[in-house]
Amino acid sequence: MSTSDVVVTGLGATTPLGGDVPSTWDALLAGRSGVSRITDDWIKEYPAQLVARLSTDPAEQLDRVRARRLDRSQQVAVVAAEEAWRDSGAGDAGVDPLRIAVVIGTGIGGALTLLGQDDVLEEKGPKRVSPFTIPMLMPNGPAAAVGLSIGAKGGVHAPVSACASGAEAIRWGLDLLRFDRADVVLVGGTEACVHPLPMAGFAAMRAMSTRNDEPERASRPFDKARDGFVLGEGAAALVLEREDSAKARGARIHARLAGAAGTADGYDLVAPHPEGEGAARAITAALRDAGLSPADVGHVNAHATSTPVGDTAEAAAIRSAIGDHVLVSATKSQTGHLLGAAGALESVFAILALREQVVPATANLENPDDDANVQALDIVRGEPRRASLTAAVNDSFGFGGHNIALVFTTA
Amino acid sequence: MSSTQEIQSGLAEILEEVAGVTPADATPEKSFTEDLDVDSLSMVEIATAVEDKFGVAIPDDELGNIKTVGDAISYIEKNQG
Repeated sequence: MSTSDVVVTGLGATTPLGGDVPSTWDALLAGRSGVSRITDDWIKEYPAQLVARLSTDPAEQLDRVRARRLDRSQQVAVVAAEEAWRDSGAGDAGVDPLRIAVVIGTGIGGALTLLGQDDVLEEKGPKRVSPFTIPMLMPNGPAAAVGLSIGAKGGVHAPVSACASGAEAIRWGLDLLRFDRADVVLVGGTEACVHPLPMAGFAAMRAMSTRNDEPERASRPFDKARDGFVLGEGAAALVLEREDSAKARGARIHARLAGAAGTADGYDLVAPHPEGEGAARAITAALRDAGLSPADVGHVNAHATSTPVGDTAEAAAIRSAIGDHVLVSATKSQTGHLLGAAGALESVFAILALREQVVPATANLENPDDDANVQALDIVRGEPRRASLTAAVNDSFGFGGHNIALVFTTA
Repeated sequence: MSSTQEIQSGLAEILEEVAGVTPADATPEKSFTEDLDVDSLSMVEIATAVEDKFGVAIPDDELGNIKTVGDAISYIEKNQG
């Protein structure tokens, strides 16, 4: 095990709020919403008609032929990863490609390709199915495309744990560095599955908001009137390195990745444990891993998707594992729920909160839920709040009972 | 029946669309893999597009013998109509 701390030297994202990290962060602090109502004909029969679409089409950010061979989930992963890679400067630092690794998670994989090529199969027959179908739909495809893009030969990995995938990738990257399997690891998450089938599936679970007439007010974590999440698309990426080698090459350090942990609820396939027992265990274990106590944590970027059950379970977990002093943000209120990219994007937000010493507000939190834990928490709303922060936690949970907690500290 | 010239320019359009090859580079002596960076999966897409454009199907065992743009032009010329 390496004893050197792991630091974050690069950030990248393309989201419903912006085509890169600076524009996304600015829009977040300005309180802008990425949510809109779908106007396509197919949506008419759907109870839930809202979506948080990318602000910038990734096909415009990539070479045409390259974009043509990548599923949209791969396109956004490459866009976010290339921004993070440039931001880190690692590409110009002469790092041995054998010591560069990639970990990019996705919840769903290349759903648009799978479903689109199924249409081709039905309409035109098997000979017309694209020869790129398999590499475009496989869930390791985004990681593989990013690995090719940055020239990583030290291993390319793709955790799949639903909406915890992006956070799981970050935890995996931390392990790779601690076990000295690589010197630089590009980690992140990606998702792009806005399509009638996933929309119908989530709607059938009654998991999505049906506040169709008020798109920007639909995603309202912790609010009494919340009625489900809003599906979003996008990707986010981080570059991780050990502090000693990052400093040796003169890299700029955004924050430290001080600790991480993962647990399983062991309770239900999709419903979270109502008291957030598994989530609390993940947070407690991550703090222990980081060598911190709950009192050290000043900020939590919550998973809080705006579903009735999930938000109260998480509030219970935050209270029991950290306490009432912590400033909580639920940024899905503006970005929507990016599924497998959520943990990566919200880690970027937690890092920027530490770096800029400002906690983003939770939009649409007008009347906090009557739940005692929600009532007790200090959930930032209205305006972003200035705060003196040294440590921040990002929670991520996924269908399947996956819980990941990540602990970041100031550089 | 398309003329040799028509086939060459039609093929160049396909190569540009599928593989980003500049039309002026799609000359008969060019090797798909060596000169134009067209990989095996793209060759499958090109074969499908050729069938759509010229009505000439290229079976897999023939596709393996088509190494250059000129090979493709001759194959289409011989098998069309």
